Amino acid sequence: MKTLKPLSRLVVAIAALLMVSAYFVPLWQILMWAPQYPEGLEMDIWINTITGDVKVISALNHYIGMKHIEVEMFPEFGYMIYIVGFLIGFGLLAALINRRFMLLMFSLLLVATAIAALVDFWLWGYDYGHNLDPTAAINIPGMSYQPPLIGTKQLLNFTAFSGPDIGGWIFVVSGVLVLSTLGFEIYTSKKKV
Amino acid sequence: MKTKIHRLLTLLVIFTSAVVWQSCKPKAPASVAMGDAASKAFVPPGKYDEFYNVVSGGFNGQMSIYGLPSGRLFRIIPVFSQFPESGWGYSEETKPMLNTSHGFVPWDDLHHIALSTTNGEHDGRWAFGNANNTPRVARVDMKTFKTVEILELPNSGGNHSSPFITENTEYVVAGTRFSVPVGDKTDVPISSFKENFKGYISFISVDPTDGKMKIAFQLKTPGVSFDLARAGKGKSHGWFFFSTYNTEQAYTLLEVNASQKDKDFIMAVNWKKAEEYIKAGKGTKSKAKYAHNVWDEHTHTGVSTIMDEVLQLDPAELKDIIYFIPCPKSPHGCDTDPTGEYIVGSGKLAALIPVFSFTKIQQAIANKEFEGEFAGIPVIKYEAALHGEVKKPGLGPLHTEFDAKGNAYTSFFVSSEIVKWNVQSLEVLDRVPTYYSIGHLSVPGGPTKKPHGKYVVAYNKITKDRYLPTGPELTQSAQLYDISGDKMQLILDFPTTGEPHYAESIPAELVMPNSVKIFKLEENKHPYAALGEGQAKVERKGNQVHVYMTAIRSHLTPDNIEGVKLGDDVYFHVTNLEQDWDVPHGFAIKGASTAEVLVMPGETQTLKWKPLTTGVFPFYCTDFCSALHQEMQGYVRVSPAGSNVPLKFSTGKIDDQSSGAGQ
Repeated sequence: MKTLKPLSRLVVAIAALLMVSAYFVPLWQILMWAPQYPEGLEMDIWINTITGDVKVISALNHYIGMKHIEVEMFPEFGYMIYIVGFLIGFGLLAALINRRFMLLMFSLLLVATAIAALVDFWLWGYDYGHNLDPTAAINIPGMSYQPPLIGTKQLLNFTAFSGPDIGGWIFVVSGVLVLSTLGFEIYTSKKKV
Repeated sequence: MKTKIHRLLTLLVIFTSAVVWQSCKPKAPASVAMGDAASKAFVPPGKYDEFYNVVSGGFNGQMSIYGLPSGRLFRIIPVFSQFPESGWGYSEETKPMLNTSHGFVPWDDLHHIALSTTNGEHDGRWAFGNANNTPRVARVDMKTFKTVEILELPNSGGNHSSPFITENTEYVVAGTRFSVPVGDKTDVPISSFKENFKGYISFISVDPTDGKMKIAFQLKTPGVSFDLARAGKGKSHGWFFFSTYNTEQAYTLLEVNASQKDKDFIMAVNWKKAEEYIKAGKGTKSKAKYAHNVWDEHTHTGVSTIMDEVLQLDPAELKDIIYFIPCPKSPHGCDTDPTGEYIVGSGKLAALIPVFSFTKIQQAIANKEFEGEFAGIPVIKYEAALHGEVKKPGLGPLHTEFDAKGNAYTSFFVSSEIVKWNVQSLEVLDRVPTYYSIGHLSVPGGPTKKPHGKYVVAYNKITKDRYLPTGPELTQSAQLYDISGDKMQLILDFPTTGEPHYAESIPAELVMPNSVKIFKLEENKHPYAALGEGQAKVERKGNQVHVYMTAIRSHLTPDNIEGVKLGDDVYFHVTNLEQDWDVPHGFAIKGASTAEVLVMPGETQTLKWKPLTTGVFPFYCTDFCSALHQEMQGYVRVSPAGSNVPLKFSTGKIDDQSSGAGQ
């Protein structure tokens, strides 16, 4: 059983603890600009809710038949707190148990969670952008309004941007820390052999 | 040969004389802005102005908001006059705001602006305005730019000497322009002026937290006309100065009869002394009927209360409250400089400007340097109060404003100019023409302890040829001058709406951050609000039909209403469900004898409608709110009085598939 270097254990613990911020800051943001909204509209996705100009965005989107965005639409808000809690616990456990196998598992878990989150977000975006009310006032054949997964996209008069918010970036930092620790551990142990 | 030369010479002499004669004729003054003027007044598209210019509307009864230095008009705030474009004075909620002891008064004449101050400096909280005809003072909230309070003034005959304020907005004053008979003896011969007519000055206290106004006390003063006023500040805080005219006490042909005396008075009021007398219980309560109208931001409704008494003080009996200072020829403006030491009286028929010293006035009072009494009030000797006179300043001085460098700017109606002079040395420094016949002038922060300076605006009384002519009735003209250098420079000429009298300007940063964007729906406490489409309904109470209607892009709920009968009063209570900035909805119905209502996001406003014939009446949203604004419309069916058509209402419900839209 390979153990970890003290520094690695510390970094893994820090990475896990950094993720606690997810309960206090928004994770993801969607920004929109239009000629009438030079100041921009903002939607912030938190671990258990969605804030910002949600009502305004919904009011505008109803013309093209998009659903009103409500917190209840997202079952994710019910269980995301547990998933993140589990990740933090697993990370701290990995640091405590001091086994490289646990670090590997933690790394895989983080990557898998990230992929799952993006896939989930994409699926919601697909449904939100395609599943339109057929009686909507504005109906442009062939047009759908799926928001960008990451990056910028033009949707009619709106330029929409989607990307990590503070919490999301902290997750990225945690992920990078954990993966580099794993790399560092593997690299140094190979050198010894 | 000789005769030919002679003839040529004669011709030459005639021609030369003609040229010389022509060039001797006076030229019209240069009236175009020169040099870099345009760039100084230029605010690039999309950029903001430096100052909010709050301008009285005069006979339109409103206040208007301009930007400086661009001169662009941003908004007209309805105050004392009905304003069909927003429904002010037409909607059920706003009608109480125009209530008075004379009932509903739909118009007035707003002359002067006072922006609230703390420690003598602008605080950006409220703008006060006076009603010159049916005496009132209004308070406008600078967060919403909405009239939130109107207080009527009893025992007043024209509230011209108003709404000037003390340095911490402790008081707003209201001096009557017309002395009038008061109390039980009001049905008296006009010729009994000297015996029965009284002038009253009201001191209105302003609650420092919410701005609520209350007549703290009235001073019973001799029957003269009060014109303008300014509070003392700094060392003269605690005093107020009022200009008077018609100390002749004429009641007819005032043009002649009120211009006989060489000197009228500036009245100095020691209001701290008045407060002491009130504390000592020297005030007397007197019956008086007047309206106090207050706007509630949560119910979006005005409430009018009729008051029945005021507290009065009689300075003829209670000594040391007021003193008269002689001032040449019917003084108009009465302005205190930023230090509070100098009081400038502008005798509109005088050929000089007297400047009084507060310190000297105090010494004169202490040493009893009086030249006599007027109606039981001591009159201080002119020379004893005088700092000095500005000699030959111009013709027809009216008003004076100040910059931060110790200079004064006085408007001259007759000679149509602004004259800059030094308050200390009384020396005339510069003069510029105005187009034409300036009334008030305004330096940003001019009446405060810390003038912002930079510009002076001339608000003129005569427009004539300044703009493209529009028949006999013209807009008013204003000019903006840069006063940052030694010489005043004309940089902009702009038309103004109504007939501006006084105006004030305040730096944008003191107002802009507090400007409200929407009213929060969750704070809407209007009794007839429908805070969601689910709450929209129609109720009958006897012959009243109440429609709880919602408006959101792009439909009204309900938009089909049946069961209204002739003889009914229909109240459309329209709640704007939007919570986004600048998405008002309007509401109007065919044949309404009122106006539209314009409803801001989160607000509820009510339009009362009495149908006079049966039929189907269209209604619609009047504010272009969205791409489908034109679809935002509906119908009310009106049936005969005895009809048994049931009351029903809907939106988006298709009863008959053979007509209308739907699937």
